[in-house]
Amino acid sequence: MVRFIVRRFLWMFLVLFVVSAITFVLLRAVPGGPFNSERGVPAPVQRSLTAKFGLDQPLINQYLKYVGDILVPRITDSTFKRTLTEDYLINIDLPFLGEEAAFRWMNFGPSLRVRSRTVNQLFLENLPVSIQLGSAALIVSLAIGVPLGIVAALKRNTRYDYASMGVAIIGVSIPIIIMAPLLQYFFGVQWGTLPVSGWGTLAHMIMPAFALGFAQSAIMARLTRASLLQVLGEDYIRTARAKGLSEQKVVLVHALKNALIPVVTIIGPLFAALVTGTFVTETFFSVPGMGRYFVTSVTNRDFTVVMGTILLYAVFLVLANLFVDVVYAWLDPRIRLS
Amino acid sequence: MATLSQPSKLPGSGVTSLSERPKGESLWANSLRRLVRNRLAVIGFVIIILMILVAIFADQIAPRGFAEANFKSGDSAPTWVTRVFPSMIPEGQEGGYVIIDESYTLGADALGRDLLSRIIYGSRVSLTVAFIGPLFAIAIGLFVGMAAGYFGGVVDNVLMRAVDIMYAFPTLLFIILLMTFFRFSTVAPEPGSLAATLGQFDKNSGGMLFIFVGIGLTSWMQMARLVRGQVLAAREQEYILASRSIGSKTPRILWGHILPNILGPLIVAETLTIPTYISYEAFLSFIGLGVQQPTPSWGSMISEGANAIRSYPNQALFPALALFLVMFAFNFLGDGLRDALDPRMRGKD
Repeated sequence: MVRFIVRRFLWMFLVLFVVSAITFVLLRAVPGGPFNSERGVPAPVQRSLTAKFGLDQPLINQYLKYVGDILVPRITDSTFKRTLTEDYLINIDLPFLGEEAAFRWMNFGPSLRVRSRTVNQLFLENLPVSIQLGSAALIVSLAIGVPLGIVAALKRNTRYDYASMGVAIIGVSIPIIIMAPLLQYFFGVQWGTLPVSGWGTLAHMIMPAFALGFAQSAIMARLTRASLLQVLGEDYIRTARAKGLSEQKVVLVHALKNALIPVVTIIGPLFAALVTGTFVTETFFSVPGMGRYFVTSVTNRDFTVVMGTILLYAVFLVLANLFVDVVYAWLDPRIRLS
Repeated sequence: MATLSQPSKLPGSGVTSLSERPKGESLWANSLRRLVRNRLAVIGFVIIILMILVAIFADQIAPRGFAEANFKSGDSAPTWVTRVFPSMIPEGQEGGYVIIDESYTLGADALGRDLLSRIIYGSRVSLTVAFIGPLFAIAIGLFVGMAAGYFGGVVDNVLMRAVDIMYAFPTLLFIILLMTFFRFSTVAPEPGSLAATLGQFDKNSGGMLFIFVGIGLTSWMQMARLVRGQVLAAREQEYILASRSIGSKTPRILWGHILPNILGPLIVAETLTIPTYISYEAFLSFIGLGVQQPTPSWGSMISEGANAIRSYPNQALFPALALFLVMFAFNFLGDGLRDALDPRMRGKD
């Protein structure tokens, strides 16, 4: 198990390396730079800005410096001052090495367009919002999807089953760009029960979370149904029934425990997908999360922000998949990791 | 269990030979019969056919041109729309602001372009994406999956690790990046270069070409995994050994023997992914990286309408309804196809 996890971590670094390289190449192949589009900035100033951020260096050097800044940790003493070019995401105090000594890691560099900010600061401000939204959407999808799936499986081939699966298919057919305006109109404008857009209170969170989570709840419902149906056909369920357990106990204690394994394991990637897929929702509901920044950063050629976001999200996705494998092995002893 | 009454004579093979099927019904006829029995799938199919007709005859059906603007009647709506959306108070009433113009069936957008006509023309974009979009993903996925499955060993390892890496890319971010790359790299290239040719081709298609490529490059992985699995299973069958023993070359085995035998699951898988492609296009057009103005796309219409959702909900909700109908139709048809072609369901109707 430990060997498996260590190997997966090494593999993760390779994946992130390739992801960063492809992103870097694509990003730099697009014509234009972060300072080209600004009006009224004289050419000499543009040149000195380009030089200041090292964009005049050969591409390979820029890439190596970027990766180096992120990967190479530093131990700093009291002389360390946080600046735009030296802002670390991970800061751990090391009191035993002297006063104000600290272990610092992961410097994603300064934003090239929002010039008073570093990428880390943007992360710290916006990522929590996206994570909150993603978590709320996850709760929505579980709260709707799992019960629907259970009902559909227990009442197989009855109208309850068809109704649940009908809801599921409708859910898959409604992407956020349909769901969001519908919710906004009915709950925000027509009935005025929820704020149309904005962020900050629980009421603001309901519509975006629902818009984001509903389609996933459909997937959860199908998964739960399929998994529960399979488990209900197993021998140990027949044994449980044969020894006279109540149907309630058979379903709740024996069947559900195993039927929910696939559901539990999909939570990791689902959460990653929800957090990384919040663009449209954030745009519709004016949520100040990561998504809004990304599109403008691409158009503005804010290289560091784009690279940072993609890498951060890639880490999310890879960790989520690792989580699945480990949890699966832990929940289902028949699976051995090698 | 009428049709699959006994196992095939070829041991280890899941393929039924022709002689074993009862007379009067082929495998396809059986599947078709079960598809037709699935009412929802039939409804989906009918909706798709209607949509295709609408897209083909858009010039004849649409009351106005999709780019025909009339600033005087910007944001106007007919009376029935204001009744459906009570928050749209018609001009003349207290607090009323909506210009009433009965000649627009669903209303007009901010530039006075007819919503109905734009929705009708927009069906062309969504349906083209639905039918041509998958081809790029299939082309890449088929190539990678077949190579990995058939050659195995190092080839398989390298290709499947590439698939793993692609899965680590956040899809939406990657597609945004790709689209930006395509759009801006072909804006002003030297004439005669590859980029210029592609850019011209894309412009002529209203920005569709790069949407196909972008979607294809981000969604081939699932296809590759599926094909690989199918090829791995098919490779060990006797008919492949037989073909090889009479001296068939690899390409002939792959295209002539393996491909036809694994086609069924691939078609089902792609039909089920079509709604995803449609929603990708809508998403790209929504953030402004999809089809190019003035070509109408439901995604860009929703995006424009969303800004005015409080005052003119019809501008976002009608295109959203159209998009929903198409996705719904493809989902039901795909589900029906999957059930109909699933050999385990055969005979259970």
